Amino acid sequence: MSEVVAAIPARRRLAGWSLAALPVLALLLLVLVSLGTGRYPVPLADVFSLLLAKAFGLASSVDPTAQTVVLQVRLPRVLGALVVGAGLAAAGATYQGLFRNPLVSPDILGVSAGASLGAVLGIVLTLPAAWIQGLAFAGGLGAVAVVYGVGIAVRRRGASDPVLTLVLAGVAVGALLGAGIALLKVLADPYNQLPAITFWLLGSLASVNRGDLGAILPAMGIGLIPLVLLRWRVNLMSLGDEEARALGVETRVIRPMLVAAATLVTAAAVSVTGVIGWVGLIVPHVARLLVGPDFRRLLPASLLLGAGYLTAVDLLARTVATIEVPLGILTALVGAPFFLWLLATAKRGWA
Amino acid sequence: MLELENLTFGYGPKTVGSGISLTLPPGETLCLLGPNGGGKTTLFKTMLGLLPPLAGRVLLDGTDLAGLPRRDIAQTIAYVPQAHAAFFPFRVREVVVMGRASRLSAFSSPGPADHAAAERALTMLGIGHLSERVYTEISGGERQLALIARALAGEPRLLVMDEPTASLDFGNQARVLGQVRRLSAHGIAVVLSTHDPGHAFLCADRVALLHGGRLAGLGAPAETVTPETLQLLYGVEVAVVPLPGEGRAVCAPVLA
Repeated sequence: MSEVVAAIPARRRLAGWSLAALPVLALLLLVLVSLGTGRYPVPLADVFSLLLAKAFGLASSVDPTAQTVVLQVRLPRVLGALVVGAGLAAAGATYQGLFRNPLVSPDILGVSAGASLGAVLGIVLTLPAAWIQGLAFAGGLGAVAVVYGVGIAVRRRGASDPVLTLVLAGVAVGALLGAGIALLKVLADPYNQLPAITFWLLGSLASVNRGDLGAILPAMGIGLIPLVLLRWRVNLMSLGDEEARALGVETRVIRPMLVAAATLVTAAAVSVTGVIGWVGLIVPHVARLLVGPDFRRLLPASLLLGAGYLTAVDLLARTVATIEVPLGILTALVGAPFFLWLLATAKRGWA
Repeated sequence: MLELENLTFGYGPKTVGSGISLTLPPGETLCLLGPNGGGKTTLFKTMLGLLPPLAGRVLLDGTDLAGLPRRDIAQTIAYVPQAHAAFFPFRVREVVVMGRASRLSAFSSPGPADHAAAERALTMLGIGHLSERVYTEISGGERQLALIARALAGEPRLLVMDEPTASLDFGNQARVLGQVRRLSAHGIAVVLSTHDPGHAFLCADRVALLHGGRLAGLGAPAETVTPETLQLLYGVEVAVVPLPGEGRAVCAPVLA
């Protein structure tokens, strides 16, 4: 009898694991399809054997052109989509918890606006690509640092709700950065620089190479560590500053830590792709519908869904038309109607 | 266990009250009465160390609250805010286990012992059946009980409850006050505020009257809750009528 009782949780755990394995398998399949699809189609079996051969350092019998297309051209781009999508979604989930608002995206504290100003400045000054990325990264971090500093200064003068002050400071600083971007656009050369700026602001994975991936992966990894370690505390932060403190959480230490981590991830992501909206807003939302609001499940779910969403959208971006469609257009075009449908049908209100 | 020493409290530069001195022994239930905007919530937040005192000190077992980490404070004093709508649809079980935060290190998640403590708290309040329900979908009274369970899950020695009966229906008010009385039977001290002076007779050992930012009275309910003090506090005429056979009184406003 006791054996039967003990067997039930074990079986349930097994079911839980297989439930978790399913999305991972789906994501792997999506990656394979993504690597095989394009102007030069490669059969899935060939993609699979290529990857296996590459992973184990073996020679492959697959056509060399296909090898180049899959490994040199498409693989960095697909990996970029996975990493950037996962990062933006994880940062979005964190920000939504911190700001107790499911309508918050990673841009709320000005990270995208700051990164945009940095990149636009780099483009106007005709700096090399690596410099533009560096400026974007620094701009994103700098903007959030300014917002945080303003928030603390305002709070010293008597404002009580630290979360609200931060959001308002973010809105104000974002407006200033927007003005800067607009000014640079006016000053930019309309034939070369202005199109480059426009494309950067709409986001694209087309130019992502291995070097870019190597440059952003460390920052993303470092940013993800606090999110993983503090995963349960994020739940408590979503109760608001006062309640979290009353429950024994040092919010004055944990909030800046989480903001810095999520900002690092976002700034690294957008520095190589340009602004990609909607992923950080919608994906955590959908993840919450699937696994509930507990950040311990929400974080892995957001990472997986974000990676999958951006990979799928990027696949669309390079296949739906003869020209490459900027990502920012597609993430909104696919995301916004879905979001509206979600609002109309969600049973739990702001679930 | 908790001592307020000539406390001045308020937000930032704005002083709300001053000259508050009182000592709360273990297991006592203290009811705080005062008009709207009289500073009850601000005083509570200062007692919890969420707001720094403008002058004076709050001592917890003889140690100044200002020098204690949040975790140490929360292990002894738990806060029960007014029942609110949460922003995310956590399950009641998940909400209650959050009360264990003060018993866990920053990087750890609740384990079996913490879930057991949450389970015990739910059972003690008689809401074990709500465990799997979604917090945002239960009624206001159930939410208030869940928040008390959350506070108890942390195994505190003092509960600070900000108007636990506000916006509850008649039955739920009685249920919550009944729980307050049971807490002191378990040796847990309670400080609560209420808008119904009659509640003081139901559950309090002592009553503190907060008027104009000062303590206008402190003592047993029968001595402090009188037509005169209530007239002073609320500015309306109140009848305090003994309830036959109950050894307590009820309060009702007298309309001119």
